[in-house]
Amino acid sequence: MLKYTNDHEWLRMDGDVATIGITPFAQEKLGDLVFVELPGVGMKLSKGTVAATVESVKAASDVYAPVSGDVLAVNEKLTGEPGLVNADPTGDGWLFKMKLADVAELDTLLDERAYSALTTSH
Amino acid sequence: MTGNKIPTVYELSVPDRHGVDLPAPDVPQTALPTEGLRADCDLPELSQLDVVRHYLALSQLNFGVDSGFYPLGSCTMKFNPKVNEQIARLPGFAEAHPLQESETVQGNLALMFELQQWLAEIGGFAGVSLQPAAGAHGEFTGLLMTRAYHHARGDLKRTRILIPDSAHGTNPASTTMAGFTAVELPSDARGNIDLEAVRVACDDTVAGIMITNPNTLGLFEEHIDAVVQLVRACGGLVYGDGANMNALAGIARPGDLGFDVMHFNLHKTFSTPHGGGGPGSGPVGASARLKEFLPGPVVEFTRDAQGARYDLAMPDKSIGRVATFSGNFGMLVRAYAYIRQHGTKGLRENSEHAVLNANYLRVKLRDAFTVPFDRINMHEFVCSGAIDGTGVRALDVSKRLLDYGFHPPTNYFPLIVPEALMIEPTETEAKPTLDAFVAAMQAIAKEARENPALVKEAPHQTPVRRLDEVKAARELVLTDRAKSEAP
Repeated sequence: MLKYTNDHEWLRMDGDVATIGITPFAQEKLGDLVFVELPGVGMKLSKGTVAATVESVKAASDVYAPVSGDVLAVNEKLTGEPGLVNADPTGDGWLFKMKLADVAELDTLLDERAYSALTTSH
Repeated sequence: MTGNKIPTVYELSVPDRHGVDLPAPDVPQTALPTEGLRADCDLPELSQLDVVRHYLALSQLNFGVDSGFYPLGSCTMKFNPKVNEQIARLPGFAEAHPLQESETVQGNLALMFELQQWLAEIGGFAGVSLQPAAGAHGEFTGLLMTRAYHHARGDLKRTRILIPDSAHGTNPASTTMAGFTAVELPSDARGNIDLEAVRVACDDTVAGIMITNPNTLGLFEEHIDAVVQLVRACGGLVYGDGANMNALAGIARPGDLGFDVMHFNLHKTFSTPHGGGGPGSGPVGASARLKEFLPGPVVEFTRDAQGARYDLAMPDKSIGRVATFSGNFGMLVRAYAYIRQHGTKGLRENSEHAVLNANYLRVKLRDAFTVPFDRINMHEFVCSGAIDGTGVRALDVSKRLLDYGFHPPTNYFPLIVPEALMIEPTETEAKPTLDAFVAAMQAIAKEARENPALVKEAPHQTPVRRLDEVKAARELVLTDRAKSEAP
């Protein structure tokens, strides 16, 4: 089950590891991505700080850490194939994985229904 | 890619063809050192006529303000008077060496001194440095001055620069380069900076704010007084992004509005060629409290017992050099000539006509295209290029305009308007040109409804059809031949 942020990131928990990416809505608005800049493995991120940058021919946008924690892994494939984010934003197009510093922060995220309401109001 | 593909010089190459036939040598010949010889140079072999025709043909594919209307928002693509080119080519200007002793270039220094004074007068500043080479370079310079000012007061805690979300993208970039943290301020429903957001953000960690007025929506910042007061009250400085000075020159002075430092874009407001046509120039003006931090050298005038003379000098607390020698001197000459020709009254009239032309276009186009902030604008305005229910977007409208012989407006900027088309006609365009542009835009809106594929597949009349921007960005190929073809 995915959780979401107001800034159009998604997060999926697997044990105590969170996988993070941008939503289908976000990739649609950005258009075809041409470049993805990922955080360094081992970096400490606090919730709401810039974790990655995604760039399309229209604009470059920051991706924010939905929760605080350490970066465990990044999706190296995106360096050569940024289009994976467009093709499969919640699957092969994931951006990075984090170990959460505070599991309670998950409660601050949106569920499917709340996020869906957010995007239809756009 | 279809149509009139022009072959590359390599494709035109014929073995043993020469551009120049040299006479037989009348001195003993010596073999070139072998370690300096390469067999794989693979240079094209062409006659002079081949070369001339090739590059003339390429030049004719170009589109510039000399070939047609170029309403590229935020870029001020106005006509560059040709007399200024002649003046800049006068040998005394063009052939002076930057290391000449100052007594041998008094005229050139006098020109720089007067230009410093005029820009200070136009902007309402206490001093000006002509060093920075372009707008973003001016921003970076102003931010270094901001930091130097706070540090000189012993205040080391100011690390944040406030930037409205309607700012040019260079503002946060310059801020980051200068070692500050950019804090984004939202816009309100009328396209102004959200005053409450400024109030909340202002504290003793704010080094300053960067304001573009008129902003990138082409709107005069209605809260300018309140914003300046709030920032100054918390001890911050006010930086002016002077990119949009073409709306204000001769009418309002940023220095009078409380701006501490601002860059001018000589290549926009003062008509020096740009957009691939020449280097920029971004002089920086400063208020009395920041003047001593200006980059140098600046030109000073002295009159004493030995007579009158101009000299290069460093301001007392200067941040140092930001460019070699005296900046882009050729641009300074052109801007000087432009200001001299127009004078105070002329500069004001230019700004008035720039604003009138932009408002004329907005009112003429607002039925065919949505204008999200539909109020009296300054020298440019922003509409949405999306035509409801047709799938036609700003990019499609832009490409279709090429078929009508117009350069497209700036698209997808500012970011706060989805599908933005940012239109800046400048004062140098006459009404028939504006009317022809309106007719083209209205025709495109009609085509979008009746035959959207025609617009989505545009351009149709250009030497190359729609280019694949995504492929170009993802697969950078910077040579004219694919790797496999190279020897």
